[in-house]
Amino acid sequence: MTAQQVRTHSIDMSSVLRTQKKNEEPNEVCIKVENLNLFYGEKQALHGVNMEMPKKKVTAYIGPSGCGKSTLLRCINRMNDLVDNVTIEGSILLDNENIYDKSVNVAALRRRVGMVFQKPNPFPKSIFENVAYGLRIQGVNDKRILEETVERALRGAALWDEMKDRLNDNALGISGGQQQRLVIARAIAIEPEVLLLDEPASALDPISTLKIEELINELKEKYTIVIVTHNMQQAARVSDYTAFMYMGELIEIGTTSELFTNPRKKQTEDYITGRYG
Amino acid sequence: MDNSKIGHHISGPFNKELEDVRNKVLTMGGVVERQIELAVLAFSTGDVEMAELVIKQDSQVDTLEVAIDHECMKVLALRQPAAFDLRLLVTVIKVVNELERVGDMAERIAEMVIQLSGIDSGKHDQYFELEHMAELVQDMLHSSLDVFARMNIEDVATITGLDANVDREYGSIIRQLITRMMEDPRNITRMLDVLWIARSLERIGDHACNICEHLVYMVKGEDVRHLSQAELEQKIKG
Repeated sequence: MTAQQVRTHSIDMSSVLRTQKKNEEPNEVCIKVENLNLFYGEKQALHGVNMEMPKKKVTAYIGPSGCGKSTLLRCINRMNDLVDNVTIEGSILLDNENIYDKSVNVAALRRRVGMVFQKPNPFPKSIFENVAYGLRIQGVNDKRILEETVERALRGAALWDEMKDRLNDNALGISGGQQQRLVIARAIAIEPEVLLLDEPASALDPISTLKIEELINELKEKYTIVIVTHNMQQAARVSDYTAFMYMGELIEIGTTSELFTNPRKKQTEDYITGRYG
Repeated sequence: MDNSKIGHHISGPFNKELEDVRNKVLTMGGVVERQIELAVLAFSTGDVEMAELVIKQDSQVDTLEVAIDHECMKVLALRQPAAFDLRLLVTVIKVVNELERVGDMAERIAEMVIQLSGIDSGKHDQYFELEHMAELVQDMLHSSLDVFARMNIEDVATITGLDANVDREYGSIIRQLITRMMEDPRNITRMLDVLWIARSLERIGDHACNICEHLVYMVKGEDVRHLSQAELEQKIKG
């Protein structure tokens, strides 16, 4: 072998190392939680939570039941405002703006921060109207705009090919997995910045779950995603960052690969390996 | 210190599987250690029968390697382990590979003993350096398995530090063998066989070091491969 051949045979190390570098780039912060305390009546559900969620990345919250992960998620679009007797202290900055500021219009906030729940909750309307709903309540009635938006949202939710010939069917007649993707389509139809997913796949079969996960992977190109999941493998598969919560406290947040291979805190280790605390 | 990491799993069977894997590695380590011991003894006493036994034992090591690998794969697939459990299994797969290679080295020594028995009287009690080197690498391997059993990486730097001594001994053995070859060219065939033995022992030292490095990753989650001795010491302390 000549030196020339050796040169052409040698591997371009930069391409091997690129994936590593990618993670080191500083991320723009999308959501910043600062000193957040939340009380349901007397009972404190969140204790001084501080964390940052980077833009166009997936952040997963994991932790045992009742650890406050759903509560924290719901704080991001002020869903907890709807619960009686809730007191919230601290702030959550969305693009450097405190969403708990008095001047904030909550309806406008929820347009920027969409949410999808554990159980698919399509409206008892046609598939088309479900997706178009967000625009309709904003007063958009132009048929062309609605059609374009519905197609774009359904494509975005990887549902267009399955649904394009049955847009007028009732949404309650499609499968659970399809319903969940339809609800995601409804959420992204109004082009939010952030998508909050509360156990989006826990009621679905493995294949539908994989489709949702694949979808999350595609959606992070455009949206900042925060997902709550009981399924740790799911968090490991879909998220870039994982936060472990326990008894209302944020124990540890880090890149998903680091947290699942080498957690810094013993509590995290015990939880993800399934040991007693 | 970290023995507690195994045990206390909520899932009893998972616990048992990890414990099983760990015990099998220690068993395999024991078999390999015995192989080296016998191979070295066969060399100094010229005992061909013992050398043959070493070669026969190698299939035991191979079987253990395959079985442990298989078990690790099963646990990985069925339990999706994370954190320490994951590092343990990945480390075991690598350690088992190193141990198997050590077994091969012992086998190679035994083969050389058999080959030498056809050339000379068979007794080789005049190779003090070689015996000393064998003691050193056996010590290294034993200590590295100890690290695995106790999951305490305190001694790792000491063990890997011994490799420099092994290399020095190896160098001096080579020089000695060359001298003997020059003294009498009829020695050359014999000396080459002895050289292979020295080489095998030197490799065993390297494998012991590799095992130590894998174990640091297992316990600390820190990859310390391909570092200098000084960097390694730094990482273990830090």
